[in-house]
Amino acid sequence: MSSFDSELPPPPRRRPWTMVERGLAAVGISGKALVIAAPAIWLTVFFLVPLLVVFGISLSVKQFGRPPYTPLLTTEGGTVQLTLHLSNYLRLFTDNLYVAAYLSSIKIAFISTVITLIIGYPMAYAIARAPDQWRNILLMLVILPFWSSFLLRVYALSGFMSGNGVINQLLGVFGIPPVVMMQTDFAVYVGIVYTYLPFMILPLYTNLVKLDGALLEASADLGARPLRTFLSITLPLSMPGIIAGSMLVFIPAIGEFVIPSLLGGPSTLMIGRVLWDEFFANTNWPRAAAVAIAMLVAVVIPIMLLQRAQDAVQDNEMSK
Amino acid sequence: MFRRGWFLPIAASLGFVFLYAPIISLVVFSFNENRLVTIWSGFSTKWYGALFADPQMLGAAWLSLQIAFFSATIALVLGTLCAVALVRFRKFRGRTVLAGTVSAPLVMPDVITGLALLLLFVAMESTLGWPAGRGIVTIIIAHSTFCMAYVCVVVQSRLADFDMSLEEAAMDLGASPVRVFFDITLPIIAPALVSGWLLAFTLSLDDLVIASFVSGPGSSTLPMVIFSKVKLGVSPDVNALATIIIGIVALGVFAATILQLRSRPKKARA
Repeated sequence: MSSFDSELPPPPRRRPWTMVERGLAAVGISGKALVIAAPAIWLTVFFLVPLLVVFGISLSVKQFGRPPYTPLLTTEGGTVQLTLHLSNYLRLFTDNLYVAAYLSSIKIAFISTVITLIIGYPMAYAIARAPDQWRNILLMLVILPFWSSFLLRVYALSGFMSGNGVINQLLGVFGIPPVVMMQTDFAVYVGIVYTYLPFMILPLYTNLVKLDGALLEASADLGARPLRTFLSITLPLSMPGIIAGSMLVFIPAIGEFVIPSLLGGPSTLMIGRVLWDEFFANTNWPRAAAVAIAMLVAVVIPIMLLQRAQDAVQDNEMSK
Repeated sequence: MFRRGWFLPIAASLGFVFLYAPIISLVVFSFNENRLVTIWSGFSTKWYGALFADPQMLGAAWLSLQIAFFSATIALVLGTLCAVALVRFRKFRGRTVLAGTVSAPLVMPDVITGLALLLLFVAMESTLGWPAGRGIVTIIIAHSTFCMAYVCVVVQSRLADFDMSLEEAAMDLGASPVRVFFDITLPIIAPALVSGWLLAFTLSLDDLVIASFVSGPGSSTLPMVIFSKVKLGVSPDVNALATIIIGIVALGVFAATILQLRSRPKKARA
């Protein structure tokens, strides 16, 4: 009896999802629809709708009360009235602060991206060319700060550069008077370069490590000096890495709030900080919303389009 | 093989000095006895004691860990579903919209995401009556939303480069799509799920800007407490906290690297 039993195929294991699947099928919902619907509904409710709400509130004006903005729709004597104010947007163009902050954000983000590239490129190249047993350790050293807290790294930097910080104490040893670094634009540049350096190094490394050594050897055999080889072979071939890394630094740097507010001075204008102050210090929610919409149109959407174009180019190259 | 002489090693060493000098100085000064953080006056662990006796700091840390755990888990589920939808279902209506929307939080400045979610919660509260006030729930919703974008990217790349024939074989043998997902797909993408979850967890733990917008009174996360302390200047107990966090992260990254190096020879990757 028992030997007969063991020859039977084992009974199919009951799995909870089989029941879930049958239950859903009975109601007429396919698994596929559910897989798409869950993230789609979440993103609609908590990402797309909020942006519409921001747009709506940007057309309202500040009032005292809860919530601190005037309603767009009012019912007066049975008729629904829609009141839209364009004053917030007008203000963005007439008050120099906002235009200056946009331009200054772009300038600061751009310059820091270039500096990050100049510092990050040799590092990425050195890691890519390092002996195998070193490479993983060096990569780990690049990734480590990325996993530790961003805020605490900015804080570490502020202690390092402060009036009686390590740098000034070192300068003092050589008899050089202390340099004011904190609360300046310089500190903001250092802060952005410092915190986003790993973002630059990693894509550059992934690109440079694939570089075919034979090309460099061929170039050297043909008599090119190292600099010439670098400029005419390595640099052009690593362009995708340069673009990817620069985007990863430039994009978050533009909207940066923490770095300018901890390291920058009162004159350091960045749009993320202006929005924050408009909201928290002035409690002008509609104005903050208008700043956000302008930022979206002037900065975020162009970047998204640029990225899409970039992806399309890469897809084309892959399929070739 | 490629001799670039002295330039590359020196440039790389200077770069690493730049990356690590501020962190090392912070760790060293966390053991400083003096209240003035930058003047060394003897070894002491008193700031660690002060840190663990600070109920505000401990409460904020516990709150942040809870938020990070739930946000990372929700983001993992939604991000994975989204990645499966985008990679496996090649054609469906709204695919480009979904692809664009899920990656949008990656380029969206935190101040906009935070403001937008806050305004949504306020509008929802006044029309639907939910959420009543803001706190841990609204922070978890906000963090899940931006973290799912990162999970989706990580899982998507793993799904895109794995061997489809395994799934097809299972289907041919009569397994239902759901069963294929749990028995074949899930074990294969498990490493991506782990790194996606960890990434979401750290991002949530680290977020200051979005949490500041959507939190309510009495729900200050750890970065919010640190930020308010740091705004007033360097404070020694923050140094102690930073040292602990850096220590944990260093151990984690170190362990992960060793595990990765060990598992590599076993898997012969094509």
